[in-house]
Amino acid sequence: MDKPFPYSETVMDHFANPRNMGDMDNPSAIGNVGNPACGDMMRLFLKIENGVIVDAKFKTFGCGAAIASSSMLTEMLKGKTLEEAMKISNDEVVKALGGLPEAKIHCSVMAEEALKAAMNDYEGKKK
Amino acid sequence: MSEVLSSGLGNPSSHIHSAGVAAGKIIDEAREKTSALIGASPESVIFTSGATESNNLAITGFLKANPDFGFVCSNIEHFSVLNQIRSLRDNEVNTAVLEVDDYGLVDLDMLEKALENNPAIVSLSIANPEIGTLQEIEEISDICRRNGSILHSDATAAAGLIEIDASKMGIDLLTLSAHNMYGPPGVGALYVKENIRLASIFEGGNQESGIRPGTENVPGIAGMGEACDIIKDDIKSHRDRLKNLGTDLWKSLEESVRFINFTGHPEKRLPGHISFWVEHIEGESLLLLLSMNGIMASSGSACSSNLKAKDENELMASHVLDAVGVPSDICSGSITLSAGRYNTEEDFNYVKSVMPGLVEKLLTMSPSYDDYMRNKETTDG
Repeated sequence: MDKPFPYSETVMDHFANPRNMGDMDNPSAIGNVGNPACGDMMRLFLKIENGVIVDAKFKTFGCGAAIASSSMLTEMLKGKTLEEAMKISNDEVVKALGGLPEAKIHCSVMAEEALKAAMNDYEGKKK
Repeated sequence: MSEVLSSGLGNPSSHIHSAGVAAGKIIDEAREKTSALIGASPESVIFTSGATESNNLAITGFLKANPDFGFVCSNIEHFSVLNQIRSLRDNEVNTAVLEVDDYGLVDLDMLEKALENNPAIVSLSIANPEIGTLQEIEEISDICRRNGSILHSDATAAAGLIEIDASKMGIDLLTLSAHNMYGPPGVGALYVKENIRLASIFEGGNQESGIRPGTENVPGIAGMGEACDIIKDDIKSHRDRLKNLGTDLWKSLEESVRFINFTGHPEKRLPGHISFWVEHIEGESLLLLLSMNGIMASSGSACSSNLKAKDENELMASHVLDAVGVPSDICSGSITLSAGRYNTEEDFNYVKSVMPGLVEKLLTMSPSYDDYMRNKETTDG
């Protein structure tokens, strides 16, 4: 990148070219966190087959860090078993993004919370 | 400035040796050029380190020398004005903060009432940089004069974009900042009308008539003088050109950008200045996309732009947006596009062509937008 930006190259890449952004037909689970009143909101869609996340998609209202965290999380989730996915923390998202400014760590926390919310939704649906 | 820096610069307080005399002359010339920008005499201009210092010197310096006065400002002033209130109150100065309306204008009746039998130094910016609104300074100055009060105006955002004549506008103390008019950062000035008494807010020597002690920033001051000299003759033509381009851009964005909400007054505003926020998308995302497309805008909201904050608790919504009724809980950040004399019609057309697509890109990502559309479909039946 020839121009200086406030985030790492990976963050800028995921912000500019978000992976897995969009809706999903018949998702196995949905994780909704945040709300517009808080300035950020994330919706995570998962397709789960035989205990494996075969597809992950997202929609996010938020800053560059929030969009990049969402994009990175969906990339990390695809192909993982539910057990493996449960272990993904916001720290790992931050690391994969090449770091986030201190004030934006909460964006990665939102991604982790969306994952937990989706997992709860999946567990709830199974019952 | 580079000439000054490579000239074997002397200390202007050394009045005898030639390097000192030369430095003194550089300052004198800059003082003439700076004062000419605002139709003032050179003796009425004091150089400072910038607008923050000028605002502190104007208000605290005036109240130190005139302790019987109170202090009045609006709730959309810069922090260098608003944050003086605490120490003024500690010094038992009567203070009042006037609320502006949704356009950012001060209510003139409210000002009159605040000053009745309470002479004060009134500090109101000519223009607000975040929402672009221009205060009705001449009416404000009449009210101040009628009530034995004096008017300080921060002209940082307005200087160079509109013509400013301190005495015609009835301004007693006026703040200027060099970098906002293409000069160097770290230098500014305070215009002090004749017979207004000010006390220094620093202890020190006799520089700047003893009102602003400390060795002068000679290269910075030279740069400020040059900047004022370069811009002063064609402010009106740029003002008219930018006003038309700004009005045209406003209309275009109003039609092409969904969910747009403009901030500030539609007519009483800085020429070429547009500020807005967009529902369902976050300001910083749009700023980043604009930057990636070569448009350097700023956010009115610290919430979305202060990446250097220590933690998220420091990401507060802007007090200006809050004051003009932008829902602070949305905190979605406003965008400020402030054009200057070097911006061309092509620049404005470029913004017109790029902005709608960038907003749409963020809307397609936004779950808030999805929910809105779903609710709308349900309501519409």
